[in-house]
Amino acid sequence: MKIKESPSRIVFKIINTLLLLLLAFACLSPLLHVFFASFSDPTLLTQYQGGMILWPLSDSTHPLTFKGYSFVLGNSSLIRGYANTFFYVGAGTLLSVLLCSLGGYCVSRRGTLWMKYLIIIMTFTMFFGGGMIPLYMVNKFLGIVNTRWVIVIMGVISVFNVIIVRTAFQAIPASLEESAQLDGAGHLTILFRITLPLAKATIAVIALFYAVGKWNEYLTAAIYLTDRKLYPLQIILREILIMSSGTSEFDLGAEAGSYNLYKRLLQYSTIIFATLPILCVYPFVQKYFVKGVMIGSIKG
Amino acid sequence: MNKKTIKTDWIRNRSVYFLAIPILIYFIIWNYIPMVGIMLGFEDYSARGGFLFSEWIGLQNFVDFFKSYYLGRLLWNTFFLNILSICVNFPAPIILALLLNEVENQYFKKVIQTISYMPFFVSMVVICGIITDFFSYNGALTMLLVKLGLAENKDLMNVKEYFRPIYIFSGTWQNVGYGSIIYLAALSGVDQELYEAAKIDGAGRWKQTIHITIPSISPTIIIMLILTISSLMNSAIEKIILLYRPLTYEVADVIGSFVYRRGLIDGDFDYGTSVGLFNSFISLLLLFLANSISRKYSETSLF
Repeated sequence: MKIKESPSRIVFKIINTLLLLLLAFACLSPLLHVFFASFSDPTLLTQYQGGMILWPLSDSTHPLTFKGYSFVLGNSSLIRGYANTFFYVGAGTLLSVLLCSLGGYCVSRRGTLWMKYLIIIMTFTMFFGGGMIPLYMVNKFLGIVNTRWVIVIMGVISVFNVIIVRTAFQAIPASLEESAQLDGAGHLTILFRITLPLAKATIAVIALFYAVGKWNEYLTAAIYLTDRKLYPLQIILREILIMSSGTSEFDLGAEAGSYNLYKRLLQYSTIIFATLPILCVYPFVQKYFVKGVMIGSIKG
Repeated sequence: MNKKTIKTDWIRNRSVYFLAIPILIYFIIWNYIPMVGIMLGFEDYSARGGFLFSEWIGLQNFVDFFKSYYLGRLLWNTFFLNILSICVNFPAPIILALLLNEVENQYFKKVIQTISYMPFFVSMVVICGIITDFFSYNGALTMLLVKLGLAENKDLMNVKEYFRPIYIFSGTWQNVGYGSIIYLAALSGVDQELYEAAKIDGAGRWKQTIHITIPSISPTIIIMLILTISSLMNSAIEKIILLYRPLTYEVADVIGSFVYRRGLIDGDFDYGTSVGLFNSFISLLLLFLANSISRKYSETSLF
């Protein structure tokens, strides 16, 4: 049985579809512009005044070019930034998952006298903190400013994630852990052999949240790092994309005199080079993010 | 809690307590010691004295800040920018979720959703780089605005009138898709029988939306609003630091970016700390205010 739709409903559906298509276009078009421009001829690109580029700019005398990308691959700061970011994301995610599960495990233990105070100690920090500068002074006192450690340690335990892990751990039947305990398993064995494997969907969610956040993080590195060798990708990107000072780091070889001509092309190629990994991965991991928002909302 | 329960608890659970030590140490070092470090804001900091032994000057830093012309400018910018941003960017994901909810073709809905999440995954630096490029001389959006007669062809990032609209609408672009997830989740939980009953009573789609859908998701909306308002003072200073320039400081500089610039870049630690403390204080105040207003009028609250 199909109910006939009223004309106004049909009009609404058409408008709704058009609006959503427009939104999708608005979300995509800036990156399409960057993508097509990154193959365009630099001379045409510099002169172009037509707004969004939705097809590469070229003509018979100005062919499409991959020069932007070859210069990007030849920029050693950019490549090193990439490698540093991989390290920060890898080490940070591992440590974060480890510590958040440890924290979640501790505060999810039933029948302990003091763990509820640990939860209060952690939750309080969500609402009040010492601020940027006292934190900086503490790190300076510890001697970890301008080292790789500070980037890995800052934000490694998120209270929010600990609470998410705790909720997941509490859903595991206590009898499983008790029987392991009777067999003589210690807490670490229980955590790694029973609790973590059973909550791996939740662990995947917090690991992905952390990894994407760390990949994109800029401010921590801007505050704590001054040694160029330690810079993550995002700091190098800022130099190239926003300050424009970084474009002079590209080795243009024979065309070293024409930085201004290549500036935009280099910026566009850099954006694609730096964003491609995330853009390739996100359609496959986004369902975990959706799940993460749901878990968070149940808690909130 | 007597001595005996403490003792039995210790015997039974001490191994868990040992496991909790690294977590506790982390929070003490990187969250609680910095809170003690707030006293820096009441001192005349010298590198030799550190924050324990520098000269105590009481409220002098606060007095300096309250007397300076920064106070008014920073407070106004922080509130105005964020309130405009909430007016535009808070309803946008709700509207998107309502529109997506009306789509019957699940495949189309899925594709639109996935595309709309995309900006959320692009890093802030890249987004600000794209913004800087699009609004530069001959930039893609500068030319669009020129065609619409809304701007001249020049670097709009240097023009202070454009900073707020650029900041706010780029924020919509970044967050509208991802922000809609939570409302779509709430929408999927609405009792379908209510719609059936409304149909029998002759209510059209529009009336169903007004009288069933929106009231059903209003607890989610209110919680999200409390969270948004309470994080108002700490919002996205990363983006401001990446986008503002000396020419636009007048409209773009907020308390957070000022603390970063004066405190860390210029090394004025004590002054920066006191301004930061002022910021945290207002932030807490806003949280309690939003929470109590909501508890009074809607019976939904965070705590």
